[in-house]
Amino acid sequence: MVSNLIGGNSSASKYIVVIGCGRLGSLLAGRLSAEGNSVVVIDQKESAFENLSSEFSGFQIVGDASEMATLKKAKLDKADCLLVVTREDNVNLMVAQIGRIFFETPVVLARVFDPAREAIYREFDIDTISPTQLSADSFMQKLNTHQVSTSAPTEGVA
Amino acid sequence: MRIILVGSDKLTYFLGRRFTSKGDYLTIITPEEEAAVDLSRRLKATVIAGDGSDPTVLQEAGAYQADVLLALTDRDQDNLIACQIAQDRYGVPQTVAIVNDPDNKAIFEELGVSVAFSATEIIGSMIEQQTASEEIRNLVPVAGSGVTMTEVVLGPNSPAIGRAIKDLDLQGAVVACVVRRGRVLIAKRRSYLHEADRLLVISEDDQYGQAQKVLTGEGA
Repeated sequence: MVSNLIGGNSSASKYIVVIGCGRLGSLLAGRLSAEGNSVVVIDQKESAFENLSSEFSGFQIVGDASEMATLKKAKLDKADCLLVVTREDNVNLMVAQIGRIFFETPVVLARVFDPAREAIYREFDIDTISPTQLSADSFMQKLNTHQVSTSAPTEGVA
Repeated sequence: MRIILVGSDKLTYFLGRRFTSKGDYLTIITPEEEAAVDLSRRLKATVIAGDGSDPTVLQEAGAYQADVLLALTDRDQDNLIACQIAQDRYGVPQTVAIVNDPDNKAIFEELGVSVAFSATEIIGSMIEQQTASEEIRNLVPVAGSGVTMTEVVLGPNSPAIGRAIKDLDLQGAVVACVVRRGRVLIAKRRSYLHEADRLLVISEDDQYGQAQKVLTGEGA
């Protein structure tokens, strides 16, 4: 989904800033880096960079992304894409808006756990992904197919 | 006025006390249960334990009816989101956020917060004003040279008022320039001094006391 948004594998290398190097951030940074993009990943804790796979060949910056100075250091004004995936919704929403309005980053995606907050910020022209919403949807989907198959008569079961 | 205050520290308590004593209708949102109980005992306010940037908590706090929301936590991101949700979702007309990083002041106002203020900046400028209102301000001790640059304001009792610089008994000290009503004048020997003039004085350290006495009438 992300690679589609930024032009896919076939296009030229992009400059991508990933904020938050937890499980999701490190995974995204590793994959985008392996696809040949130039990736900078920011986290407050240096130890977070241990999550990065060996595929990752980009840059790491230790810093607080809610500080303008950190974003400038990451040269966000030059970025094609900003992915904000710290574990704090409010940091993600704030940084996404700063990226969009002050650095005019063409593609900004933020993770927001709280579906209520996500709905509000979708109106702000901020592209958000809510893992809570996505999991709920998948659960419902699986549950529905499960119910369909169990309600159908099955052989060999008494 | 209906006010929602989001915060947790002493600032929240004292501001809350001020608002309630003026008869404002106050609701406080504070994250810790224990602090919430404590605040509700001490203030005539509705206190809710919760996250002030959570839409449901804001609604519970009566955001639809609120006239103003103040976000005073020590986390800038929480203050921004609380203000934005209050404004856009619940139509709170006036939002105020404290910013801890002074860089965020302009950013927050651009992002829709009615007023953002930086405590760092306010305290800094207060201290500057405070020192500026004194008659004398030590500007720069010129390192290692035994010379000090000082700013002196001529108060109403200054013996130097109405006298020319050449007539002042300044030894080892010179008046470099005079600031009068915001304009910088090069000090000449024949320049007459007025009340409220600000003088930039360069003096040898051991002559500093004497120069101070000549210009302000006080000191050694």
